[in-house]
Amino acid sequence: MSTRVEKYSNQIKPETAGNVSSASQAKTAQRVTALQTFFDQPEQMQIWASRVKGYVLDNLADLLIQFEANCLKNGIHVHWADDAKEANDIILGLCKQGVGTTIVKAKSMATEEIHLNKCLESNGFQPIETDLGEFVVQIDDDIPTHIVTPIIHKNRGEISKSFLRENLGPETIVPEELAAQARGHLRSKFQAAKIGISGVNFGIAESGRIVLVENEGNSRLSTTAVDTHIAVMGIEKILPSEQELATFLPLLAGSATGQRITTYTHFITGPRQPGQIDGPTDVHIVLLDNGRSKILAGEYRDILKCIRCGACLNVCPVYRQVGGHGYGHVYSGPLGAVLAPGLEGVKAFGDLAKASSLCGACEEVCPVRIPIPRMLLQLRDETFREGANTDHIPWKVFSMGATKPFVWKSGLMLLPMAPLVPHPLASSWKSSRDLPKNEQVSFRKWWKTSR
Amino acid sequence: MLTCLCDAFYGNVGIATVKVLEHLGCDVHFDDRQTCCGQPPFNAGDWKQAREIANYTKEILFQEGQTVVTPSASCAAMTREGYHLLFPDQEHPHAFELSEFITNELGITKWETTKTYNKKIAFHRACHGRGIGLTNEAEQLVVSIPGVELVPIRNSEQCCGFGGAFCVVEPHLSSEIGKAKIETLLENQPDEIVSGDMGCLMHLGGMLKHGGNNIRIRHYAEILAETI
Repeated sequence: MSTRVEKYSNQIKPETAGNVSSASQAKTAQRVTALQTFFDQPEQMQIWASRVKGYVLDNLADLLIQFEANCLKNGIHVHWADDAKEANDIILGLCKQGVGTTIVKAKSMATEEIHLNKCLESNGFQPIETDLGEFVVQIDDDIPTHIVTPIIHKNRGEISKSFLRENLGPETIVPEELAAQARGHLRSKFQAAKIGISGVNFGIAESGRIVLVENEGNSRLSTTAVDTHIAVMGIEKILPSEQELATFLPLLAGSATGQRITTYTHFITGPRQPGQIDGPTDVHIVLLDNGRSKILAGEYRDILKCIRCGACLNVCPVYRQVGGHGYGHVYSGPLGAVLAPGLEGVKAFGDLAKASSLCGACEEVCPVRIPIPRMLLQLRDETFREGANTDHIPWKVFSMGATKPFVWKSGLMLLPMAPLVPHPLASSWKSSRDLPKNEQVSFRKWWKTSR
Repeated sequence: MLTCLCDAFYGNVGIATVKVLEHLGCDVHFDDRQTCCGQPPFNAGDWKQAREIANYTKEILFQEGQTVVTPSASCAAMTREGYHLLFPDQEHPHAFELSEFITNELGITKWETTKTYNKKIAFHRACHGRGIGLTNEAEQLVVSIPGVELVPIRNSEQCCGFGGAFCVVEPHLSSEIGKAKIETLLENQPDEIVSGDMGCLMHLGGMLKHGGNNIRIRHYAEILAETI
């Protein structure tokens, strides 16, 4: 049986697939140019960054304790959440202590992962996504289809139609006009909101600072023009010190969007200090585990090196066909194919590992060199052992033939008759391809006669 | 190591490989008990059966003092990364992909020949070359033959969509990826499509024929053998 990604690929609108594919191709090209321009030896940088993240994983418990201590020193409240429910409960409690019901949100995949908006809405709050892409996702009641560019599947015309429906402004395909419409709408929300929620790109153990990158300025407003700022961070987002940022910031920006550095880089040290005229009075950080400790202890731990740049999605031939929706999880593409079953088990998401031709382009572009193909293979093994594999290919029969030369050679002789055997796999092959014709000389015959 | 696809369908590629190696002074052996490297069940997740086949293949092919060469980066990758995952505690003598062996082991980067091969070639880099650290070894050899012109290929890092069992278990994804690949391969009107892996070529060639295009698909070993 095919994976959910294959099934989705059969029903995706060609226009949507086209949007994903052309944007992914452009981003892949920008990435190559950016990294080659900024670094003398981009590959060496990838290997170095991978080692740094390897060190972080090896010392995660100690670094988290150091991070917590330094956050507390800076006046940041630290909360630990084992799972999504605990994280949502903590954030909900903090929002209830804050002022008003309007919440401005900066882009955060961690909050997507725990389905925070749903929790807040059902408790009477109005979380407003302020990242342009996430905003479109929210008004369309959609889900992000890419971890960096949430609306990679939509074009300008579609976005304008959504804005028109929401009375944001007249139809247009000029990007600046579309941005102005969203900006006009969101400005009053920023003015009203006293609570802001964001993600975290890097948590620095040595300084206890939160580092956030963005291009739109909405994260700045969501984290500084409010009274309460709540940051949600997956526990793996730690870096030992700020020195590493000199490489990680351009590596992330270059891999994600082809930029040398993002338009805004925020270093959040803590709440407003006496004598300062603005900034939040309360800053909280929620450290989210939600399955990460389990991954850390197992075979897929390297996936926790991920800095969420999305380069593996952009280059992936499968992702280019289906976009993120096909994976049925907030994390999609090669990253999602490892992280989703890693977080939620192979019985629920093991099939994602099958939605890959194992071409290895993901590992090649990964800024921290995560061996994704190797882990996809290990996931296939685990899925098979757990009995969650649905292919039903008789490998035992194949293996019996492949370990007995007599059976193998007899099989070869019968091969010309194979097209006559009705088998689902054969018809699957023939649906779009002709079978190779047996017009070439048999190697075995040639070898026998020529020696 | 012949590879199961050359055993079943593409004998000419196996023959060409032997001719190329003998031309370069190698003493070529073929153990006719060989079957498959075990990659199909390995990629499908059935590692128990993959281990059976891998053990069988290791016993037959990997003997003291013998170098294994195969015209497929995919099978070569299997004997390295694949066998390592199947038997993490064992040492593994590994197989070389043909162009890797010629370039890195024999130190030959140019195909010395007096013959010409007047063709425009779209060279598809097989993805599994990435897995064993190959870049343009085979292309270098082919383009050094007088008359050969390699056409540029947009998005050359993209896979053809074959992926072993992937192509039949996920047929729509596979053929859509294949269509995109074919579009870029044909963009500069090549005379032939050449690669180093018969998996890619069986899939691409099958799709092209299915669509009524009879452009010739070839393994680079065939071109090297023809220009000896």
